[in-house]
Amino acid sequence: MFLKLFWSFFKIGLFGFGGGYGMISMIQFDVVDKNGWMTNSEFADILALSQMTPGPISINCATYIGYNQGGIIGAIFTTFALCLPTILLMAIVITWLFKNKENHYVKALLSSLNPIVVGLIFSAGVLMMNKENFVGFESVIVCTIVFVATFFFKVNPIYLIIMSGIFGYFYY
Amino acid sequence: MRLYFDLLTTFLKIGSFTLGGGYAMLALVEQAVVRQKKWIDEDEFWKMITIVQSLPGVFAVNTALYVGYRIAGKAGAAVSFLGAVLPSLVIIGAISTCFQEFRENETVMKIFAGIRPCVVALILAPSVKMFIKSKLSWKFLPIPILVAAAVVFLKMSPVYIIMAAIICTIGWEYLKIKDIDKKSTDNHEEDEAADDDDEKNVEFISSKKEND
Repeated sequence: MFLKLFWSFFKIGLFGFGGGYGMISMIQFDVVDKNGWMTNSEFADILALSQMTPGPISINCATYIGYNQGGIIGAIFTTFALCLPTILLMAIVITWLFKNKENHYVKALLSSLNPIVVGLIFSAGVLMMNKENFVGFESVIVCTIVFVATFFFKVNPIYLIIMSGIFGYFYY
Repeated sequence: MRLYFDLLTTFLKIGSFTLGGGYAMLALVEQAVVRQKKWIDEDEFWKMITIVQSLPGVFAVNTALYVGYRIAGKAGAAVSFLGAVLPSLVIIGAISTCFQEFRENETVMKIFAGIRPCVVALILAPSVKMFIKSKLSWKFLPIPILVAAAVVFLKMSPVYIIMAAIICTIGWEYLKIKDIDKKSTDNHEEDEAADDDDEKNVEFISSKKEND
């Protein structure tokens, strides 16, 4: 059982690309469709919770599912399984990169991937501009103010998050 | 020892405030690592993001590992990884007994209604900044826009976009080197007829590099 959990999340960590939301569908397939560890509505609950607690969504999701299946040990197990491929891969890639910083292909790849990564991160932000996150014109105002504050005035993002939370508490 | 402790507390703080997914961490890491602690300069930071985002795995974990490794070697990577993951584990453990109550709690919902649009801005702003700091000319602006459009409207998976870009760049650079060797000029056919957008991207960049 722990082994199965481990294997599922190891696989997801290895093939998951481009941030949390791509991984979510993979987790859903493994957890709900393939292994039947939980129902679809249970999974939807867990997903909602993952978005509300701090940390990357995919890790939160893995932690909840692990906790659900095997308590604290299960949670540590799934979290670690999800991160392990990343850790191994990063170990190889980073050491290799530091050695080959001046390589012609490495330099070319870095400069051509740069604008593509900009587009990918931007799209992650655009995808979040949905009805769930933007409940009204106030949301647009909050988003604009935060953008200006962080982009032009370099305000610490932590203060901006706390202030938006306080605004939400008193306004809604 | 001091440095490890510093790394741990920095990433604990970042991990605790990463709300709404890993990308929200970008602005927090930049603030802490580049502006406050000045561990990494801005130029290198955005290069790092390029590498980290092009690899599989959890973006936030990759970032923590890279920063930790860059500042304090393997032990540094382990420490910053722990710092980034621990808040999730602790908080989930803490609210595990009242999952449902937490989700339906009115105060929590109000606070999050305020935070969600803030998180969107915290993802958009660094991506714009990243483009400006990359010192690419405005001619290249269509690339990120096309990529974003491909993901948002065509629901294209980032994996294919990144892989196509890698293949095209290596192919293009390889042909260029061969060209110089043979001193023949008409060798510029690309093998991949696959992705129009991406091929254009790579051509843009390569031609820019040739101009330089």
